[in-house]
Amino acid sequence: MKFSEKWLREWVNPDLDSAELAHRLTMIGHEVESVEPQGVGIDAVVVAEVTAVQKHPDADRLSICQVSTGNGSTVEVVCGAPNVTAGMKSPFAPVGTTLPNGLKLGRAKIRGVVSNGMLCSAVELGLGDESDGIIELHAEAPVGQSLSQYLDLPDHSIDLDLTPNRGDCFSVMGIARDVSAMTSTAMKVPFTSSVASSIEYEHPVDLVEPEHCPRFVARVIRNIDLSARSPVWLLERLRRSGLREIHPVVDITNYVMLELGQPLHAYDCARLSGPIRPRLAKSGEKLTLLDGKEVELLANTIVVSDDSGAIGMAGIMGGLSTAVTEKTTDVFFEAAFWPPDHMAGRARQYGLHTDASLRFERGVDPQLQVMAIERATDLLIKISGGEAGPLVDHVQGQFLPVNGSLFLRKKRLKQVLGTAIDADRVEQILNGLGLATEAEKDGWRVQIPSFRFDLDVEDALVEEVARIFGYDEIPEATAVYATPLASASEAEIDLDRVANALVARDYQEIISYSFIDEESNTLFCGEQSELLLSNPISSEMSVMRGSIWPGLLAAASANIARQQERVRFFEIGKTFHGSLDVPVETVRIAGLLVGDLLAEQWGRPAQAADFFDIKSDVVAVLGMAAGESEFGFSVVDHPALQPGQAANILRQDEVIGVIGKLHPDIARKMNLDKGAFLFEIDAEKSLATSIPVAKTISKYPTIRRDIAVVVANDLPAAELISAVEVAASELVTSVRIFDVYRGPGIEAGRKSVALGLILQETSRTLTDDDADAAMAAVVQHLKQEFAAVLRE
Amino acid sequence: MQSLSELVKQAESEISGASELAALDDVRVRFLGKKGVLTDRLKGLSKLSAAERPAAGQEINKAKKALQAALNGRRETLQSEALAVKLHADAVDVTLPGRGAGLGGRHPVSRARVRIEKIFRDAGFGIRTGPEIEDDFHNFTALNIPENHPARAMHDTFYFPGGNLLRTHTSPVQIRAMVKEGVPIRIIAPGRVYRCDSDQTHTPMFHQVEGLVIDRGISFANLKAVLHQFVERYFERKATLRFRASYFPFTEPSAEVDIEWEEGKWMEILGCGMVHPKVLENAGVDPEEFTGYAFGMGIDRLAMLRYGVKDLRTFFENDLRFLRQFN
Repeated sequence: MKFSEKWLREWVNPDLDSAELAHRLTMIGHEVESVEPQGVGIDAVVVAEVTAVQKHPDADRLSICQVSTGNGSTVEVVCGAPNVTAGMKSPFAPVGTTLPNGLKLGRAKIRGVVSNGMLCSAVELGLGDESDGIIELHAEAPVGQSLSQYLDLPDHSIDLDLTPNRGDCFSVMGIARDVSAMTSTAMKVPFTSSVASSIEYEHPVDLVEPEHCPRFVARVIRNIDLSARSPVWLLERLRRSGLREIHPVVDITNYVMLELGQPLHAYDCARLSGPIRPRLAKSGEKLTLLDGKEVELLANTIVVSDDSGAIGMAGIMGGLSTAVTEKTTDVFFEAAFWPPDHMAGRARQYGLHTDASLRFERGVDPQLQVMAIERATDLLIKISGGEAGPLVDHVQGQFLPVNGSLFLRKKRLKQVLGTAIDADRVEQILNGLGLATEAEKDGWRVQIPSFRFDLDVEDALVEEVARIFGYDEIPEATAVYATPLASASEAEIDLDRVANALVARDYQEIISYSFIDEESNTLFCGEQSELLLSNPISSEMSVMRGSIWPGLLAAASANIARQQERVRFFEIGKTFHGSLDVPVETVRIAGLLVGDLLAEQWGRPAQAADFFDIKSDVVAVLGMAAGESEFGFSVVDHPALQPGQAANILRQDEVIGVIGKLHPDIARKMNLDKGAFLFEIDAEKSLATSIPVAKTISKYPTIRRDIAVVVANDLPAAELISAVEVAASELVTSVRIFDVYRGPGIEAGRKSVALGLILQETSRTLTDDDADAAMAAVVQHLKQEFAAVLRE
Repeated sequence: MQSLSELVKQAESEISGASELAALDDVRVRFLGKKGVLTDRLKGLSKLSAAERPAAGQEINKAKKALQAALNGRRETLQSEALAVKLHADAVDVTLPGRGAGLGGRHPVSRARVRIEKIFRDAGFGIRTGPEIEDDFHNFTALNIPENHPARAMHDTFYFPGGNLLRTHTSPVQIRAMVKEGVPIRIIAPGRVYRCDSDQTHTPMFHQVEGLVIDRGISFANLKAVLHQFVERYFERKATLRFRASYFPFTEPSAEVDIEWEEGKWMEILGCGMVHPKVLENAGVDPEEFTGYAFGMGIDRLAMLRYGVKDLRTFFENDLRFLRQFN
């Protein structure tokens, strides 16, 4: 809501400067977005008349103008505006003026002709954001008068970001009411308009659906003359409030809407056929709106109709067929009350958002219509002449909102705010806002006025008191809680601990978007997701991710493109699965490696990271939850991973994640020619843990025995190790693989695996004989199981 | 035959002339070894009379001790010289970089979130999360935002076919937590939220942290205190806040809070208010017995202010050069 400060001060004029007024408005809930000075730095500009215009001899687009600036003096001015004509009046800035945009006018020669000053546009004078030529002042503007004086400047345009609960503040009167309460300054209505009818003519209105239109105030004004412009004071106020001049009827309806908050509509009386009937639209009914667009109406939309059908979308936009034009002589004014319940969201259905719908959706005072019509009639007759018919208030009172009352308890006020406010001050605040109070022992019976649609519970009154009293005036008080210690499960998954472990392993955390493009999602998940947004911001962000990998890879690819050679990323976040009806959200931990294992460094040859490097990172994370024996890796076919370097990660027998090398085809498409390794695990399934139970550590020494066995090339190492553990389960405390060899000395199709076994007894010192026996058993078992041959 | 003193003199000269441990050992063997000169002299004592023997023996033993001491001294010298040479050869350029794996880093938004969580956890707040795909009831209706309410238009909601949506704020966690756990309750709920909006100060996904405290006797004065304390702890400085009246359908009274960032320059950092009695009722809580406050703040915004990040979008571009600044 943008308005002129001077206009507001005509209603309420507190002893505050503009900045302080703006600050106080912000503090009571009407956030000031901007305060634009109007008419600063134009003191030297005067009203001038262009007496003659001729073409510039050397420039097509320039004119040489004779400009009368008052006191009988005439100067020659070069003007580039397309709209300059002889006889027009326009603001003139003489030589020596510094314009608001910083331009200092000298006696300039323009294409050989001296210009003694400048005829000005709105932009040049800081009086508008756009202009298509110099300002055309009213014909009666007095030549030689200071422009500031003529336009009643300076002033400020104040723009408020109003909250949706305060429909009543979309008017100068509404803001004035809050300012009045805020500053304890009386508000006055600066006009009295009650226009007696001079003709009997009225146009019939039939409230056929009073639940949709309980009040419709109507009046006909005949024989108006729309050739005169609206007066400069009115146009200036509209301009400073962000509205442009159209013609007097529209200017007046706009003016009254801004001043009182009641949107009006004007019809060309001659174009109406039969009685006006506000009603719900028939589904599929068509209506051409004022802006020329035809809409197909929905059955939930109220229309104003006559015998020809719908002639306007009630409270949103009028129709073209009955619109007032410059030729109109008889005007039919409408000021109606459209119930907010029937207005909310309706304009948006048609992609519309108008000054009228904005107000009606939030609620317009159902007692305001008569005042608005009187005000509009008065202004119209003064500007355009004409004869007013009788004002007719069509009303079905039982369908109007009921002005209830609420009881505000002193106790509640203190309970919610934590501080007591003097009873006198409470009454003063409420009364100042137009809320009549009746004091009782424990509080106040508060009458809710018809213009407030937001006061529906006692706490809303608490807020009214508090915001005018000032939130800053409420002292801080630290609450004392009697709550017991919170439970803290040690087995709870601590994702920050996982994150820190990955950071310690040289991974950088990233955060990527939860929605990605559908093609990537399908590729990485192996199936199409149902979870497509109805209104995505772009196709690149249209589906909820079923995997974090596309986000990691896109980030890696972007960084590689920025000359990073080595990228190690992780992200912890949700992935989305299931159906539209039953979506499933899973927290996953995902990681990515591209490039060398270590950053380039002296004294160590560069080594590309491989599957086993990323595997060790995954195993380290899993190790936070349970011992290595709980987890396993099994070969898997994955659409996004390279065959032969892809594995499911298992816990017991459940798949809890996937690890592998990005498929080279995809890598190439993503400009990751070096290849990328990836893992992704389900946080809950991977990290579910139990509280450790300590075992006694054996105090007896261990014996290490190493063997190398030759086995089939495709024998998984995990099987070899578990066979060793089975064969010597009593004594083996750990088995490690310290070498895998293929090549000369080993026949094709086989490999040599070197195993280190750590043997130990818990109750006595192990002897060499014990160890020999155990190793013999191991070798024998491996021979049986895998035809393993001991390598000498 | 050389006199004993000449012998000692000769030995001492050879000891000091030995430049290596091996040469020194040769000297030791020649003089003090089994067949060494002094050993022979001791053996020769038997040829002397009983009267001469003690004095001569004493002399020889004295000479032996002197030589032994000279040998030891020289050995130490040679050893320390040898060590010095070895150590010199082993010296490294301590300014060369270290080797091995480096350290990664957390995302600045996570860093801010962890910090926020710690401040509130220390004050006895629990931490809760909720679904990001929400239903209309939890995201709007239960929060006193009925269908067609103008406040809905401000939320720029992402919808799914069938009516579910991406939560536009973390406030639905209020409802879920109150219904599940009952009151009194004291929690924060951090997480991702979504709005279809994108420019320099808006990304379609961002992070919020919701706060909710419901108990007997909780007031707006308590809300002011906790937020003021939080802001001062978070920014680690004295802070001037202003509480501006505002409007959220789920709080009454409602406020927006600005911090005075530089003198006279206010930055909005959060929205808050006393939980609306209808919201309490929707969660099965008696608003006469219990009152409480709620607040919601943008984690990204707090991270931007804390770390001097100018453009919100950089958080989600994941440029390593940017991210490494927060390690």
